[in-house]
Amino acid sequence: MSDHILLPEGSIEKQTTTLNLGPTHPATHGVFQNILELDGERVMKSTSTIGYIHRAFEKIAERRPLYQITPLTDRLNYCSSPINNMGWHITCEKLLGLELPKRVDYLRVIIMELARISDHLICNSIVGVDSGAFSGFLYVMQYRELIYEIYEEVCGSRLTTTIGRIGGFERNFTPAAFQKLEKFLKEYPKVLKEFENLFTRNRIFMDRTIGCGPISAERALNYGFTGPNLRAAGVDYDVRVHTPYSSYQDFDFTVPVGTTGDCYDRFLVRNEEMWQSLSIIEQAFQKVKEFKGADAEVFHADVPAYYLPEKKDVYTKMEALIYHFKIVMGEAEMPVGEVYSSVEGGNGELGFYLISDGGRTPYRLHFRRPCFIYYQAFEELVKGGMLSDAVITMSSLNLIAGEMDA
Amino acid sequence: MTLTNETIQLKLTEKFPDQLTDWQEPYGMLTFTAPKDLNLKVLQFLYDDAELRFQFLTDLQAVHYPDNKGAELAVVYHLHNLVDNVRIRFKIFVDIEKPDVFSATALYRSANHMERETYDFFGVNFVGHPNLIRILNVDEMDYFPMRKQYPVEDQSRIDKDDEMFGR
Repeated sequence: MSDHILLPEGSIEKQTTTLNLGPTHPATHGVFQNILELDGERVMKSTSTIGYIHRAFEKIAERRPLYQITPLTDRLNYCSSPINNMGWHITCEKLLGLELPKRVDYLRVIIMELARISDHLICNSIVGVDSGAFSGFLYVMQYRELIYEIYEEVCGSRLTTTIGRIGGFERNFTPAAFQKLEKFLKEYPKVLKEFENLFTRNRIFMDRTIGCGPISAERALNYGFTGPNLRAAGVDYDVRVHTPYSSYQDFDFTVPVGTTGDCYDRFLVRNEEMWQSLSIIEQAFQKVKEFKGADAEVFHADVPAYYLPEKKDVYTKMEALIYHFKIVMGEAEMPVGEVYSSVEGGNGELGFYLISDGGRTPYRLHFRRPCFIYYQAFEELVKGGMLSDAVITMSSLNLIAGEMDA
Repeated sequence: MTLTNETIQLKLTEKFPDQLTDWQEPYGMLTFTAPKDLNLKVLQFLYDDAELRFQFLTDLQAVHYPDNKGAELAVVYHLHNLVDNVRIRFKIFVDIEKPDVFSATALYRSANHMERETYDFFGVNFVGHPNLIRILNVDEMDYFPMRKQYPVEDQSRIDKDDEMFGR
């Protein structure tokens, strides 16, 4: 075994206590380990070990045609897998040079923002749980459930969604999906308001989180922070605004920023982002409703070489059969090139670096996982703080083991 | 004034005459190759220059090209200028027999995990890295799994015919 697991020299005589937080500690919310060196309750040093659920996605991806990589992306940040799926589709579409109809873009925006809400909802309510307020967590859970029901209505699955395809969606949104979405838009604001009432001005919660695990904007940038954690430190970097994808430029929304980058700011930024996401969903839903006639039925781009044809066409039409065969066997034309494309995931900039040599599978695929990159700041964030602060810092960073380990 | 790819290329060729090669713009992102000893100098110049300001390291990874003899491993840096919102990418190529590359950890704290990951999967030896140990794989592993000589499929299987449906 390696050195860092063995007890260090003179550890019996030392004045500090070594505590293993993880790999399967309930407070880590995922499988990763932190070896904390404690002086009383104060954290003197922390050493993190990750990789417990490494699944070699990048290696596997080198043997799979593009459409078979979508299920791998589900398992990165499993709290918001639709964003990962869409990010992957957008990367492929960029490589293949496909243009998508507006309606598809808007439908994607709806799904992505729902995913963002469910991601932030979990993160924020878990911060509550870790600081001793369990009720908020149970209260919002039924609305995450409603979001999952919408996914289910669209693609058939709930957690690891594999939603959509290269070129669009696998089927049009059903009326039931729109009904559920309407229900969500109607009921959720009240719930979020109540959730906020439970926390934002709660004296105990404020005392626990203000000044806990802060990071300056400069340090955050140097550590490669992106997403809500970076914005909480005061940098208004948002991929949706800086490099709009999926027609995000058509929507009005603000990018909330914090000042100190502590747990409280991260909480507030996530909360505000949920309100913004709600407003984006409302706008997108409105835009989707405005399509009339044939446009209102469009759910994929007209790219027969990359988008699977309908099954009944496969049985009756020669061309559809040929395309079906080529796509399923991974023989669809792949241009040579390298492309980097990123989306604003639940935790920040989720990037895909894809190198294609024209073969049936990517030559190399790299996922830029925001969690993996900003987790290295954890050691610095908790140093000198209390053990209980380390636990809240960890949950407010929204560390997802699946995203860290790929 | 917006920062264009031409300006960046001009400034870089001024600073490093004849040393940067293979200028490309795949999908709009300026891409070039630097000699492997110059990677830190290029990074530092891009960081410090008042106009370029590439101060955010988006991504760092390696690619293995087994046929590129003497320069099998490419280390790829993705940098982002957050003020002007411009991204660039540059690569350095190293010999797989002696994969020594200067570490960027002094400039970017974020490079720490990324370089460890690159070392873990490709065996790129980052000189100057404070803690270059495996990060995702088990510590006992004695090879670098993302190199192309290790195929994914189980080698003991004979029922799969790669002639027809392989890569």
